[in-house]
Amino acid sequence: MSTSDSAGKSASAPSAGMSERRVKEICDIAQLAVELAKKAGADHAEVVVRDGSDLTAKVRLGEPELVQEAGSTALGLRVVRGGRRAVTHTSDLRREALEALCAETVALAGFAEVDEFALPPDPSLLATSVAELDLYDPRVAEVDAAWALRQAIAAEAAARKHDARVTNSEGATWSRTLGASAFATSGGFVGGYRGSSASLVVEPLCDDATDPANPKKRNGFWWTASRFLSELEAAEAVGIEAARRTVATLGSRKVETQECAIVFDPEVARSIVGTIFSVANGSSFWRKSSYLVGREGELIASPLISIVDDPLRPRGPGSRPFDGDGLPTRVNQVVDRGVLCPVLCDVYSARKLGRQSNGASGRSVGGNPGPTASNLIMQAGTMSKQDLVRSTKKGLYVTQLMGFGFNAVTGDFSRGAQGFWIENGELTFPVSEVTIAANFDEILKRIDAVADDLVLRTAIAAPTFRVSHMTLAGTSRN
Amino acid sequence: MTTTLPAALRAPFASGGTSAIDAQLANRLLGIALEAGGDYADIYFEFRVSADFTLEEEQVRTLGRGISLGLGVRVTKGDATGYAYCEDLAWEKMAHAARTAGQIAVGGGHPPIGVAAMSQIPIPSFYAVPTPSLVVSTQDKLTLLRAADKAARAYDARIVKVEASFTESIKEVLLFTSDGRMASDVQPLMRFGVRAVAEQEGKRQGGSAGGGGRFGMDYFAAAQRDATAHGREAARVAIAMLDARDAPAGEMQVVLGPGDSGILLHEAVGHGLEADFNRKQTSNYSGQLGQLVASELCTVIDDGTIANSRGAINVDDEGYAGQHNTLIQNGVLVGYMHDRLSAKHFGLRPTGNGRRESFQSMPMPRMTNTSLLGGKDNPDDIIKSVKRGVYAKRFSGGQVNISNGDFVFSLSESYLIEDGKLTAPLKGVNLIGNGPEVLRRVDMLGTDYELSDGIWTCGKDGQSVPVNVGTPTVRIASITVGGTQA
Repeated sequence: MSTSDSAGKSASAPSAGMSERRVKEICDIAQLAVELAKKAGADHAEVVVRDGSDLTAKVRLGEPELVQEAGSTALGLRVVRGGRRAVTHTSDLRREALEALCAETVALAGFAEVDEFALPPDPSLLATSVAELDLYDPRVAEVDAAWALRQAIAAEAAARKHDARVTNSEGATWSRTLGASAFATSGGFVGGYRGSSASLVVEPLCDDATDPANPKKRNGFWWTASRFLSELEAAEAVGIEAARRTVATLGSRKVETQECAIVFDPEVARSIVGTIFSVANGSSFWRKSSYLVGREGELIASPLISIVDDPLRPRGPGSRPFDGDGLPTRVNQVVDRGVLCPVLCDVYSARKLGRQSNGASGRSVGGNPGPTASNLIMQAGTMSKQDLVRSTKKGLYVTQLMGFGFNAVTGDFSRGAQGFWIENGELTFPVSEVTIAANFDEILKRIDAVADDLVLRTAIAAPTFRVSHMTLAGTSRN
Repeated sequence: MTTTLPAALRAPFASGGTSAIDAQLANRLLGIALEAGGDYADIYFEFRVSADFTLEEEQVRTLGRGISLGLGVRVTKGDATGYAYCEDLAWEKMAHAARTAGQIAVGGGHPPIGVAAMSQIPIPSFYAVPTPSLVVSTQDKLTLLRAADKAARAYDARIVKVEASFTESIKEVLLFTSDGRMASDVQPLMRFGVRAVAEQEGKRQGGSAGGGGRFGMDYFAAAQRDATAHGREAARVAIAMLDARDAPAGEMQVVLGPGDSGILLHEAVGHGLEADFNRKQTSNYSGQLGQLVASELCTVIDDGTIANSRGAINVDDEGYAGQHNTLIQNGVLVGYMHDRLSAKHFGLRPTGNGRRESFQSMPMPRMTNTSLLGGKDNPDDIIKSVKRGVYAKRFSGGQVNISNGDFVFSLSESYLIEDGKLTAPLKGVNLIGNGPEVLRRVDMLGTDYELSDGIWTCGKDGQSVPVNVGTPTVRIASITVGGTQA
């Protein structure tokens, strides 16, 4: 379902975008599928339909490298029959195909064992209206490939012009997604909404001959993203910042193995917040696959840490007016001054834990619902980032993390890191090829400073913060 | 291909299907794609049926099934690519996608070039599965899950939780190119996995095991691959790790066990030898053909022709047959992995590495089955030679920065080596190194080359493809171990 065939031609008509009418259409398809599933013998049925349309325009060294433009639609079905459930998905939305899918799904459920927790929520709990959260910008839909290419070219050119040490480029990419999502259940819920997002990323490359015996290349990137076109940073500014960040890594080296302070830049601080969510949700709790099981109401982090999940933030990248079970969404405190609050749950995990859902269910087209964060935000502190670094005697300012070294069951954490060495409150030389490690429980409790530089441009967001000490592994000590 | 499928699993675009696509129709679409002046076009049709089954708390909880159908149209003009896709075989939808992709060539294009007459390219058969698992009864698969669960629980009373899963798919592809190549393939894939959690005195640890590949149910026929063996292995790891102690931090000797350690190879050199990075001069291996880039002990190959292996391909997603390619010969870089675009740039033949995740994505150079070949050392002697170091046995994944060659990989089961013997198990830890530096430090290679059981999925630019890896036991003179004991 491509919205435009105007790539490369700026004179053609603007694309249709994702209309309110289209949202209504996919709501109707979802409702039809619910009816067909009931007809096929389901006691309960839940149907999600997602419609998406993408444009990607990538340039490299000033020339177009890729223009991709396409749309797709998918439908996911969950049925419960006699307490047994099955989930299926398809890209074929013709009525006869849906009839066949419903029959097959009901038959498949027959192989499952009875799961009393898998029933849909009580209909009285379902959302009765769909909040307007201002998630769609028609101007994003109007962008054509030619304009997107010009933005990417301007951004990359700015990066290459900014510093002669930028010798190559992995390119610049402008992309947008228009999406619509509909959900209908046999309990009587039906709702849909649309959203847009646009982004620009620039990836400069430098040759680094600091060590002539072992010349390397250094890459870096910077980006901007928003649901609204007018909120994107200027292309040139994105390119210049990308160049600045990349050039700063020239001459990166290892440091000696030691215990030291670790400061997390917001770009990596948010991945730490994501890790907290991975061990503080209803699914990891009932599965006992989290080291935090049984610790709600206890101090699990420094009192400087408060985290909130806010699905209702207007224009928020992770906002949603209803959840994956059809319940109204609400703001949930996740960590309150270091104390773990009741974890985010969907209906299923809440039942497994003997409690009520807090409206934090997410659902993919092909899967069962599960607890999913929306806009997960670590609250800002009061100190400026400069003061935070200035008050650090010795440590690593981390700008990139690598690898998957986290064990949710034990909390053991070990990841590759890149960044800058801090000596007596100053950022000195760039560092790469080291790891940072500690048990996650200790990492969270050792947070001793949180900066005031919170920016809400990502669904998971955090300000700069510092962990008093972790083990940094690098070169051998002499 | 000797795989025969029931009608429900056959692609509608296949010959005899409900919306069969023939060469004549494909030629018309390719003609539209090239109307604006493109140099080359291809159309990739894909039909995929998948299913998954999971067992948790001794019960079959979820059964899932999915179907997707679509086609992707690619048009190139110089180094630029236009791409569009649709999920409908209706003529006007397909023509629209072809026209959209063709717009890349607007302005500055030459008059439309013709589309060559189609001829089916001969392709080998590395995974003729007589009975794909998708046609086998659901009950048979659930029996396997229950057997694995039971075996894990029976292994030790401290096993408190077991999850077992079975996922399977069949992907049928049909490709037409404007230079007259036509190829089709049926690609089965299955994977079996078990995860066990052990608990003792409030301490918990997890262990995983699994395998698979381009097999049918015949996968389980081998004793070491049957469902109970995987169940026991997951339990063994979880129990062994209960005693894990904090890992050391700093540079030291590391011995990698055979098989799964190929993940190190995949990250340390594999990605850097994908020719798109070298065409753009963005890899740390750019411009190094003919040079010594690894220890002379090292010969590295990428081989799409290993029968039934998870990374095997009869034909890549650009219509070139799967191949055995040598990348590094006795330490010397001898070749990259190419797709059509990079091969053209280097004036070489494509190497059968042009792969894509689905019809929604354009192909790029990707690995298939990547191996470091075996050496001359007895594996026991390798361990005995280490005074103090780490033995890495199981891995949970890795990542590389292509530009500077830094890579990490995560150990999920490892042991301290003290005076030539494996002693304490170590808590999960990362290794970090620089690809070329680490490969130069390979100083012993075992005779025990092993191909990993098929569990690995490789991600690049947001596209996931199944791959496999293999190595013998490997000794690395020095690499940074990212533990907590400084």
